[in-house]
Amino acid sequence: MVEREVIVKNETGIHARPASLLVQTANEFEADIKLIKEDEEANAKSIMGVMSLAVSADNQIIIKAEGVEEEEAVEAIVELIESNFGEE
Amino acid sequence: MIKGIASSPGVAIGKVFKLNQPDLSYEKVKISQDETEAEKKRFQEAVAKSKEQLEEIKEKAAQEMGDEEAEIFQAHLLLLDDPELIKAVEEKITNELVNAEGSLDEVVDSFVEMFSALDDEYMQERAADIKDIGTRILKNLLDAEVSSLANLDEPIILIAEDLTPSDTAQINKEQVLGFVTEIGGRTSHTAIMARSLEIPAVVGLGSSLLKEVDSGDRVIVDALEGNLIINPTSKELAEYQAKQEEYLARKERLNELKDLPAETKDGHRIEIVANIGTPKDVDGVLRNGGEGVGLYRTEFLYMDRSNLPTEEEQFQAYKRVAEGFNSNPVVIRTLDIGGDKELSYLDLPDEMNPFLGYRAIRICLDRPDIFKIQLRAILRASVYGNLKIMYPMISSIEELRVANEVLAEVKADLQSEGVKFDRDIEVGMMIEVPSAAMTADILAKEVDFFSIGTNDLIQYTTAVDRMNENISDLYKPFHPAVLRLIKRVIDAGHREDRWVGMCGEMAGDIRLAPVLLGFGLDEFSMSAIVIPEVKEIIRSLTLTQAKELAEDVLRLETADEIINYLEDKVTDLKNK
Repeated sequence: MVEREVIVKNETGIHARPASLLVQTANEFEADIKLIKEDEEANAKSIMGVMSLAVSADNQIIIKAEGVEEEEAVEAIVELIESNFGEE
Repeated sequence: MIKGIASSPGVAIGKVFKLNQPDLSYEKVKISQDETEAEKKRFQEAVAKSKEQLEEIKEKAAQEMGDEEAEIFQAHLLLLDDPELIKAVEEKITNELVNAEGSLDEVVDSFVEMFSALDDEYMQERAADIKDIGTRILKNLLDAEVSSLANLDEPIILIAEDLTPSDTAQINKEQVLGFVTEIGGRTSHTAIMARSLEIPAVVGLGSSLLKEVDSGDRVIVDALEGNLIINPTSKELAEYQAKQEEYLARKERLNELKDLPAETKDGHRIEIVANIGTPKDVDGVLRNGGEGVGLYRTEFLYMDRSNLPTEEEQFQAYKRVAEGFNSNPVVIRTLDIGGDKELSYLDLPDEMNPFLGYRAIRICLDRPDIFKIQLRAILRASVYGNLKIMYPMISSIEELRVANEVLAEVKADLQSEGVKFDRDIEVGMMIEVPSAAMTADILAKEVDFFSIGTNDLIQYTTAVDRMNENISDLYKPFHPAVLRLIKRVIDAGHREDRWVGMCGEMAGDIRLAPVLLGFGLDEFSMSAIVIPEVKEIIRSLTLTQAKELAEDVLRLETADEIINYLEDKVTDLKNK
């Protein structure tokens, strides 16, 4: 199992388009991937799960993956978040 | 005639086609243990079929409407792929032995309920998406006849209770002349799509609509006023045909103006820019030919939330707007709160006279902690475009000096931190208080520009509360005192070589544009949608004519005389 902590920086948080991008990225991997905010947990492959976490700018979240290519999966999602989802 | 909300402008005349929703009734039945696999398979097939349909619709939307619209369906597709949704339905089938229809309905309902309950407009809209998806899967489960807009044999006016985005995306512009719905508002997905398809649409006509109209009836959709006329008389028909032609001709003419400069016949160029509230407004400004932003109202960043926006959030917003206009100017007004705009988390006291009270720059100078964060964010964003800073509600030179001192401190901080910013960023102020207008000669020495905020200037000059309906007839933009003050400010600015703009409603009033031009106003800032009309007026006369007209106006004694005089002049100009 791999776990990384990351702070969400982009203005809108993980809403709307960022949420879609995150789910699409998660779906590229076979591993089970979870997002954790405070004590809530969501399936990173579920758009409804991700959106219902309501992650806003400056929130700290944990990405957790377990299974095939777990390392790469976490890496890819952290990178997406740190790139501010391509928002300027 | 039925009254509704005009959501996409235009006039359409034609025969009614009623879009009836298919019968989606089903029986929720118990299944036996050995039927569960077959039932799950039925569900999976319905999901697969829904996906195919959505892919097709998305493709069509991307081609005919644009990426933004296509993205709505991308979101729908993602929902169809959602493991939580699929799993929940399948588990219900297996564990509770409920048939696919019943399981789907219950799961969709619980998700819709969950999203609707969230205190967030975006999430609430997603509830509608989930519902739309649920209905689509259900239709496919039931093999219900989806009434098709694909094979119409003549152009029609579409009438429905509501149109889902997927209904709207299937609309063929050649065959659907206009559409009318019982429910919906101006900002619903459907309304937005109608505008990008440029199909006249009136929504929100109320629940009796479908009963009052029959398929085959002839109707007029007046999406300029928001009216529906059923079986019109020949007189009405002729009237609206003329209105339709006039609208189309006007649209064409204004569209041609979009890329032309705001220049008088004798070559005097002014700047036409827009007032915006959020980075989302940038597209509309560009679409209407705006050359930049004369007023970015930053208070929207602070409103509808429970805490102050961070420096980073503000920086991102300012940067987006700066980049949207490249090297064209963007004037950012610092926080203008108080008066009629409240922020619950600042706990502003109730006041007897809020418009004369603790507001705008007065709050910022009292709370430099808040002010400095905003100035830092603006300065940091200034390297991404051509930003300018503007203070609201300055009433004396002392206030201006204090504000400039705070700005100097922030600049020094950034410099010592090694953060890049535009060192020559222009700093200006709004002129909206009569005391500022009267001392514009003094103020001009310590700013780079003025922008006249007419809404407040009028109410302070004439002592008329612009929110008070009992005295609304006394609120007079054309009051000779207001026009004289405007002239005075422009002259005072020009004497110090400062440019002078205007960002109140008056700047977008085509009757006043010639006068302001004649006074020498350099920059006109207005709602994006009125830009083409003001440009048209500016291009229809010479600077000399405008100056003469301005002189004439200053000789008139009452607001009514001025309005009448200007209305005649503008009609003449337009007819030439």
